[in-house]
Amino acid sequence: MAKITNENAMQVAKGQPEKVPFWLDPKKRAIIYQIGVLCMVGLLAYYLVSNTLTNLERQSVATGFGFLNKESSFEIGESLIPYSAASSYGRALIVGALNTLKVAFIGIVATLILGTIVGVARLSTNWLVSKLASVYIEVMQDIPVLLQLFFWYAIFYETLPSPRQALNPIYGLFLCNRGVIFAVPESHPAHKYMILAFIVACAGVYLIRRWARKRQEQTGKIFPVFRVSAAMILGLPLLTWLIFGAPTKMDVPELRGFNFEGGLTLSPEFISLLLGLVLYTAAFVAEVVRAGIQSVGKGQREAALSIALRPNQVLNLVILPQALRVIIPPLTSQMLNLTKNSSLAVAIGFPDFVSVANTTMNQTGQSIEGVALIMAVYLIFSLSTSAFMNWYNKKVKLVER
Amino acid sequence: MEVYVQQKPVEVLKPPVTSIGVIGWVKSNLFNGWFNSLLTIITLYLLWKVIPPFVRWAFIDSVWRSTGKVCRNIDGACWSIIATNFRFILFGFFPYDQQWRPLIAILILFGLLFYSRDRNHWTKHLGYAWIIGLVVMGFLMRGGLFGLPSVEATKWGGLPLTLLLSIFGLTAAYPLGVLLALGRQSKMPTIRWMSVIYIELIRGVPLISLLFMGSFIFPLFLPEGMNFPTILRALVAIILFTAAYIAEVVRGGLQGMSRGQYEAAESIGLNYYLTMRLVILPQALKIVIPPTVSILISAFKDTSLVVIIALWDLLKTTQSVLSNPQWMGFSREAYLFVAILYFLGCFSMANYSRKLEKELSREN
Repeated sequence: MAKITNENAMQVAKGQPEKVPFWLDPKKRAIIYQIGVLCMVGLLAYYLVSNTLTNLERQSVATGFGFLNKESSFEIGESLIPYSAASSYGRALIVGALNTLKVAFIGIVATLILGTIVGVARLSTNWLVSKLASVYIEVMQDIPVLLQLFFWYAIFYETLPSPRQALNPIYGLFLCNRGVIFAVPESHPAHKYMILAFIVACAGVYLIRRWARKRQEQTGKIFPVFRVSAAMILGLPLLTWLIFGAPTKMDVPELRGFNFEGGLTLSPEFISLLLGLVLYTAAFVAEVVRAGIQSVGKGQREAALSIALRPNQVLNLVILPQALRVIIPPLTSQMLNLTKNSSLAVAIGFPDFVSVANTTMNQTGQSIEGVALIMAVYLIFSLSTSAFMNWYNKKVKLVER
Repeated sequence: MEVYVQQKPVEVLKPPVTSIGVIGWVKSNLFNGWFNSLLTIITLYLLWKVIPPFVRWAFIDSVWRSTGKVCRNIDGACWSIIATNFRFILFGFFPYDQQWRPLIAILILFGLLFYSRDRNHWTKHLGYAWIIGLVVMGFLMRGGLFGLPSVEATKWGGLPLTLLLSIFGLTAAYPLGVLLALGRQSKMPTIRWMSVIYIELIRGVPLISLLFMGSFIFPLFLPEGMNFPTILRALVAIILFTAAYIAEVVRGGLQGMSRGQYEAAESIGLNYYLTMRLVILPQALKIVIPPTVSILISAFKDTSLVVIIALWDLLKTTQSVLSNPQWMGFSREAYLFVAILYFLGCFSMANYSRKLEKELSREN
């Protein structure tokens, strides 16, 4: 043994490569392994696909996405774009996707607000408030979100009265088993211009921020960005409203026969889906916010105060940038969870994407295409979110010297 | 020079009554500052508005043993819906006179879980005990031997099904997840990319789409004549889903290992398999025990989704009781009961996870 090793060592010393049989060479072995794994996966895929094709042929189901152009012949309860039973399956699926986006968007905004409040309350020095917040977090996290959806839905269709005896807690707001109905401003040409003014204000704020930062870097002068931005965002639409003569007429819902007319109606399905998702996800967001705030050391605050920063500057320049770095990544994954959980709408009959796709699958028998579409839509959501995450992580990465 | 020496003992001043005892506690925890005082008063008012009516509804005005008709005439909660349908909610369509079998299976499971709480008990023998326990539980559910009548898997339901899906889902997903995590850390590009694609794909889609795949597409994947019961198809979907999440957790543990560990293992001549089995995985998996428990918690909660593909889990049996005309309209009571069951399960697991986390951080 020892002799051989010596010879090998001499060979290496002379600069001649050591002769290794190919099954012991790590590089070649890695290639063999990879080919092996690829072959196995390929065989499995071949087996599954060939089975599927035979089965489809036997059941005489046509493959492909041709069914998207066929007439759907089912109604959808709520839709953001014009839709009827005569529309195509493709349009029905778009309606579903828009409904998913609607729930996700409103849900995310509400969750962020509630979650932040609960998270801050959890850290409150007030014993009662902090205990209540922690009870909320614990209870909501430990009950399946689907059960919560069923619970809220049951509250709507069982506990709340019919439209005739609708609860009317404040003027213009009605609660009944047909949903929540509330007054909205009557449509007026001013509203279009107000939205326009809002967009202009947002663009203006963006430009002012850039200019102010540049000026501060060059001259050190501080511009009151926050106050000016707030004034612009609130003021411009308000000014437009005043120019148009301040229309204040409200469209108040009224009971006609068995149902309400006028106002804006949110269906029980939508409200219970939103309630369930928001209350559930807010508990997780609260934990994220708490962890983020606690991650900023006490010394940071003291140091900032000792260089004579004002309290709002301490918050904006020292605490928030550090806390947000910890908060944002888990927060985005919670937002994504909310979007994915909105697929549970199918259980309570809200027409989100999964629910519409499910109906489509049942009607056409195109289950493979249907499931593939569901997966594709959610993959687009999550991949774009992770792209944003990567960009953000790169942006806030600590620059170490 | 005059020296002054204190002769008498200094009188010890007690802190004022307002800063110690109950009053002091209340003052420093509830009424420090006007803002906190306002918060306390508002919170107390809200609690006063909510808790007494709830107690009245749930306990004082409630009925516990009656028919559905009696319930309709009272103001309080109708817990009779639970008391009357208790066994159906818990065991589903399992034959009535055989329901002691799932009960014993659940008790064995709880016993094993309780014994496994202490990490000092984690030995080889416990592993054998788990294997024997799982076999006995499977036998109790399935029957067909030793004079026990056999019960089809389609009749399994209620709590045993929920527990079965989460426990088997996690135990089967665990090795798969570890393999995927190792694959993701691998130096071989094909294997790494396949793992990455699998993990990201699964984590990007909701569980419900996988359950749909299980119930609609799996039958197409199989050759003609071969068919799985729905429970197994749902289980496969849950396993595939959970494995991706476990893989991410385990990857966290693997990334926490220092290079020195790999180098040390290499220097004593261990190959890849032995390095992983003897050096890396034992340490990495120990770090990730707490997050693994939280995956178990979410798997336990996620099993409720099988309602959507019409499996008779705890939630579905409850809903079926609620669709009985006699008990229609008592959803609040029924769902509260199920929520309490889920809460107890998740809360004890979460507590255990916190305890473990403390223990582990003390050791390191």
